[in-house]
Amino acid sequence: MEKSSQRFPLTHVFGFVLSLVLTFAAAWVALEMKLSFSIVMWIIGTLAVIQAGLQLFMFMHMTEGEDGKVNIINIGFMVFCAVVIVVGSIWVLTSGHAAH
Amino acid sequence: MSANVNTALPLEYQTEQSRMNILGFWIFLGAEIVLFATLFSVYGVLYKNYAGGPTHQEIFMMKEVMIQTVLLLTSSFTMGVAIWEMRRNNKKGLIGWFILTLLLGAGFLYMEINEFIHYVHEGATMQTSAFLSSLFVLLGTHGAHVTFGIFWATMVIIQISKRGLTPVTARKTFIIGLYWHFLDVVWIFIFTFVYLKGMVL
Amino acid sequence: MDIKWDEILITGDPIILGSQIAILLTSLGIIGGITYLKRWGWLWREWITTVDHKRIGIMYIIAAVLMFFRGGMDGLMMKAQTSRPEMSLLDAQHYNEVFTAHGVIMILFMAMPFLIGLMNVVIPLQIGARDVAFPQLNALSFWLFFSGAMLFNIAFVVGGAPDAGWTSYFPLAGKEFSPGIGNNYYAISLQIAGLGTLMTGINFIVTILKMRTKGMTLMRMPMFTWTSLVTSVIIVAAFPIFTVALALMTFDRLYGTHFFTVAAGGSDMLWANLFWLWGHPEVYIVVLPAFGMFSEIISTFSRKQLFGYKSMVFSILAIALLSMLVWVHHFYTMGSGALVNSFFSITTMMIAIPTGVKMFNWLFTMRKGRIKITTAMLWSLAFIPNFVIGGVTGVMLAMGAADYQYHNTLFLVAHFHYVLIPGVVFAVFAGLYYWWPKMFGFLLNEKIGKWHFWLFVIGFNVTFMPMFFLGLNGAVRRSYTFSVESGFAPLFLLSAIGSVILAIGFAAFCYNIYWSIRYADRNISNDPWNARTLEWATASPVQHYNFAKLPEVKSADAFWYMKKNNEGLTLKDDEIEEIHMPSNSGLPFLMCVAFGIVGFFLVFEWHLLAAISSILIIAGLIYRSFDYNDGYHIHKDEIKETEKAWRNTEGKVNNHVS
Repeated sequence: MEKSSQRFPLTHVFGFVLSLVLTFAAAWVALEMKLSFSIVMWIIGTLAVIQAGLQLFMFMHMTEGEDGKVNIINIGFMVFCAVVIVVGSIWVLTSGHAAH
Repeated sequence: MSANVNTALPLEYQTEQSRMNILGFWIFLGAEIVLFATLFSVYGVLYKNYAGGPTHQEIFMMKEVMIQTVLLLTSSFTMGVAIWEMRRNNKKGLIGWFILTLLLGAGFLYMEINEFIHYVHEGATMQTSAFLSSLFVLLGTHGAHVTFGIFWATMVIIQISKRGLTPVTARKTFIIGLYWHFLDVVWIFIFTFVYLKGMVL
Repeated sequence: MDIKWDEILITGDPIILGSQIAILLTSLGIIGGITYLKRWGWLWREWITTVDHKRIGIMYIIAAVLMFFRGGMDGLMMKAQTSRPEMSLLDAQHYNEVFTAHGVIMILFMAMPFLIGLMNVVIPLQIGARDVAFPQLNALSFWLFFSGAMLFNIAFVVGGAPDAGWTSYFPLAGKEFSPGIGNNYYAISLQIAGLGTLMTGINFIVTILKMRTKGMTLMRMPMFTWTSLVTSVIIVAAFPIFTVALALMTFDRLYGTHFFTVAAGGSDMLWANLFWLWGHPEVYIVVLPAFGMFSEIISTFSRKQLFGYKSMVFSILAIALLSMLVWVHHFYTMGSGALVNSFFSITTMMIAIPTGVKMFNWLFTMRKGRIKITTAMLWSLAFIPNFVIGGVTGVMLAMGAADYQYHNTLFLVAHFHYVLIPGVVFAVFAGLYYWWPKMFGFLLNEKIGKWHFWLFVIGFNVTFMPMFFLGLNGAVRRSYTFSVESGFAPLFLLSAIGSVILAIGFAAFCYNIYWSIRYADRNISNDPWNARTLEWATASPVQHYNFAKLPEVKSADAFWYMKKNNEGLTLKDDEIEEIHMPSNSGLPFLMCVAFGIVGFFLVFEWHLLAAISSILIIAGLIYRSFDYNDGYHIHKDEIKETEKAWRNTEGKVNNHVS
């Protein structure tokens, strides 16, 4: 665990700059490049997941402390539930007669 | 409540109770992930149901959205610096960066409120269509969380000023830090799957 | 939609009028009684402001038993109305309100608090801790439950009861088809109570992970603790979904949004989807703690260690994972098509496997054991065949294509009662008989207990077995009557007779409580069942601080090990140290009142008042943030006195059966 004596938290700066880069890259891909909807969504979706992971591990110190393992299992399971909820709901409600 | 103190750890982790509070908050964040996922799923089902009303491209203001995003992202960075200052036992630095964080957050909220007012002026209210209902509630829930965070953080700043940096005030600050970072993580997905997606539909 | 003053109190209905008068008189009676006995101070100090998990647990259980009575009356009314064809005891509107209340109360205000109450009493003791991780949050959980339950309970006399079923499907539950405030009660009271449950989930995960006593690794925990841990994880994963669903329902009804209203693009099926995304994990939230209780009780009264500990743990984990993947089986017929239905049929059938593993483990625990037929053990024995009936009919329903025949018939109703009653109700009865001496210092009467058991189990089977056949013959659920020509009359009548036997069984239960409070011997051992886990290494009733000296665990079934090896049972004076305890707090109760007020104004759609009174909630949160009260210390002398009172002269724990 960092109890740093650096002049400035460089890991934070690095994470911040990287997040900005990922954000602007996604905006550029979506708004400036003329790609198909599907490809755009896959690219910016991936960029979003990368940025989220970056922030979870670098800003929030998710693996820190005596409960680091528990945090990973907990957040991992909740992310799994999140995916089930989003993908599952959309699938169920856009299938068969359910899709008006 | 035990006094199982470990002074080798950063201040916020030093007591047993603090470690339990921090773990408890991580679990609460897990619940919040599910909460926002549900709101996203609702949006994902209803986002194209315009009911003859305004669509994404008719109402979104992308320049303002980019500014909002940079404000919130920067505030997450400044919060990280605030925690770093806390770990260096620098109470003044902590409070300074903490207040800067809240100001950036307030700026984000100010722009979001303006955004909503703009929508309403364009005839896009949450009663207009299912798309707009789900948009306003998703964005509004996130904004309400930010608002709550600002008020909560203000109270903690008052406690740090009065009591100094103790294991308890350090823990409270650390927990708000987690909360604040989490809200930025949620915003990443709003930015991507609501705004950008809406513009390329 | 403006709710007017004269619509608040329901008028023109003699039964409702009678209820209003009864509620008023009872309330006045309670207030009068407490004042006469000068017990307000005691009530406030010992119960309303308590943060002690044991007291909180008892309050949950008392509330649950009272709610069981009301939910049971609802059931009896339904059975009375359907005992003969074309009866007019309850018209359709009233019948709808009754089955709605029955469902909401039984699951959310009876089963949940009963289980959470037992978890509260037992878990900290089983892990050798002195309280839960967040005692004040624990109290808040109870008072939020209480607030939501009270709000729901006054609906039928103040403003109108919800009437769209406990599942509150749209479009019926929307403003267009249910313009009154009844369904506002549903959305708001369940929201308040749900917040409390979410907090309990978080509290118990941290408690079990962080507060186990020395030597108690995860794989040495009692099975009830394991199931409580996994249940808490499911709570944290599932309840936020319900929070959102109810909030969206509130927005649709109060603020004119279009989440579930088809005009302007909403989706009524979306409600069903969200409801069951929560609703299915919810039934595992109620059944897993029950399974844990059966594990403890079967093990104790077979005088044998639980068979297959590792496979029990894996089964619980598998059930938790799969429980998030089966929800569509509640609405196969809503039109998602063959591919979706097939996926969920497979996951639903899969979930029967870990449950089956547990069944066999319980049977193998009993095999070659020394069975003791106590009332708690009787409930556990009856659970096995009755739950299996529920389970196998569940597998029938799981097959999507077949479900088109069974869906929303009485076959379905019989199935879920056969899993819920043997699975949950038998368990809470068993748990109550088992842990009663630990809570109160005397035993429930075993003879009356056996009357309770036989009447209840026979009554249950006579009530619900006919419903399988009625359902297969075409009788639908939620229908207030049926025709003579349908041919349903004989089985409906049989079922109604069963419900009377069931009610007499419940009355025997109430009589047992009364009789035991009055006459039962108070001089009992701390370990009347010769049990196996740590909660029995305390006094009966448990001392305020649980353990004078935190035990050290060397194996699973920690207390049994201590007894067999004569270790850790003695307390020497020099081992006693000051104990730090959390202070009482009146804030959780005040928050209950605040949420009740805000909730009431929201139900009646008096938006300005609701907004203003929410300041009370914010004030409570601010107060809590600035609260630095760090508890108090119990001094050594007090601990010495308390310990002397229940240990024998050498400071040893009684370890024989009384």
